Amino acid sequence: MKILVTLTADQIAPRFDLCTEVLIAQFNDDRTGPEPRTVLLPGPSADELCSLILKEGIDIVVCGGIEDSFFQYLIWKKVRVIDRVIGPSAKALQLALEEGLRAGAVI
Amino acid sequence: MSGQIEIIDIMNGIPHGVALIDKQLRIFSMNRILEVMTGYSTQAVQGIECNYVLRTDRDEWLNKALNNGGETLICEGSVIDANRKRVSVRITASPLKGREGLDESLLLVIEDISMLKEMDIKLQGSPEKKALLGNSPKLQEIIELLPVFAYTDATLLITGETGTGKDLLAEAIHRSSKRSKYPFIKVNCGAIPETLLESELFGHVRGAFTGANSDKPGMFRLAQGGTLFLTEVGDLPLKLQVKLLTVLDDKEFYPLGSSKKTKADIRLITGTHRDLKQLLDEGKFREDLYYRLNVLRAHMPSLRERGDDVLLLMNHFLKEFNNNLGKRIKGFASSAIDYLLRYEYPGNVRELRNIIEHAVNICQGNIIQMAHLPAYILSAGNSNSGKDKKSGGQLSETKEEPTVFSASKREFVSWPEIEKGRILETMMATGGNRSEAALKLGWSRSTLWRKIKHYGLE
Repeated sequence: MKILVTLTADQIAPRFDLCTEVLIAQFNDDRTGPEPRTVLLPGPSADELCSLILKEGIDIVVCGGIEDSFFQYLIWKKVRVIDRVIGPSAKALQLALEEGLRAGAVI
Repeated sequence: MSGQIEIIDIMNGIPHGVALIDKQLRIFSMNRILEVMTGYSTQAVQGIECNYVLRTDRDEWLNKALNNGGETLICEGSVIDANRKRVSVRITASPLKGREGLDESLLLVIEDISMLKEMDIKLQGSPEKKALLGNSPKLQEIIELLPVFAYTDATLLITGETGTGKDLLAEAIHRSSKRSKYPFIKVNCGAIPETLLESELFGHVRGAFTGANSDKPGMFRLAQGGTLFLTEVGDLPLKLQVKLLTVLDDKEFYPLGSSKKTKADIRLITGTHRDLKQLLDEGKFREDLYYRLNVLRAHMPSLRERGDDVLLLMNHFLKEFNNNLGKRIKGFASSAIDYLLRYEYPGNVRELRNIIEHAVNICQGNIIQMAHLPAYILSAGNSNSGKDKKSGGQLSETKEEPTVFSASKREFVSWPEIEKGRILETMMATGGNRSEAALKLGWSRSTLWRKIKHYGLE
């Protein structure tokens, strides 16, 4: 399973379209995997970020606010989007892996 | 009743999203409207940095608002609401001081202005409608310079033939400038009688002259904070040129009949289709004013210089008039395209727009044919050919000289018409010099004069 979290420092970025940094983590079935990597984006762009998500084959996206058009697009592409999440990225990643993260959560 | 409850009650009584945030920009309290907008309850997000909750694109501005020396700041931006909708908002940040526990905190009022924005677009036309359309290098030069013109308050002189879009450029500059929230006032100096112009521009007080029954603010005062566009500034009388120069230097003026000075906080843009240098030489325009107006200069290219922009504008106007008149015209016949691409457009974009409006009104089918074009452009004198442009992807085969009559030579049926054409061609070639033209035609100067008079070519 591959999870992407939008970043602002060590927190989940408040806006998907303004995010310039993401955390990508890959997990095996036993929930182990390599160290998550941080990817710096060339600039804030929701379109570019969607392209990266599809190119990387991401299964779950954890983010702050996201516009409905991008949300629906990712859903259509079979990507699960957990949005309006507030809190530290590491904890969000852990909760997403454990399937304990819901949209609108404040962690 | 505690102080906190009173504040919450006040906040809930405001019909916009309201947040109270501390000096670390953390949420202290939110009213119900903001809770609905963000999708979080106050309890859930209390103590969390407000930008994570509000999801605005103006997080840096909030820092500035906090350290603004107690002044209220207003900005516009957007937030992503709980329904994943991007909402245009106006944020007003008012610092609160001296209250126990709330020292150096901010009161944020987040006003949803998306409806206002939509109405603004409807009233003013969509940005694409108002934009300067064209891909030609000469127009692109102007478009590239537009942000530079908009950034400064320096006076700008826009020159260019009639109908090239001087007004559109001035308005586009105003709308891109920091003065865009204030009025854009346009005054045509050539359209107002000289006796009324001073009062129109600078206003008057009651009793300033016979018939002045009440105070009149004048365009300078109406444009306060915004942009004043004086079009056809070449027609401005000398007396008013002096007054305009004084206003530009002193940034204040006396309305007619008033002894009290009025401040003029405006950005001045002027436009003219006349050659101001020539007016200077003729003593009809003040040199000092010319240099004062000519700080920045933009020249709007004529449609003849804009190449294939004609095709782009034809399609743009067709779409516009199709929408306005509820028609479903799909396009132009190749002959009509060919003709319109060859036409010289002395009236520039305005003329092209009128031609397309005429054609869309007349056309009852799906395609605009030659017969739907206005008769005047089809007449011999105006069918100004010679431009060898692409038409529907094909190069035109006609290769006539770029002269007034060459396109319609085959239509001359009588000697007088041929002779008339020869005279005009020769006069064009000699730049209007009659002696030289007479020499070229092998006539005496008086014969040429007589024939010019006979054919009504004066």
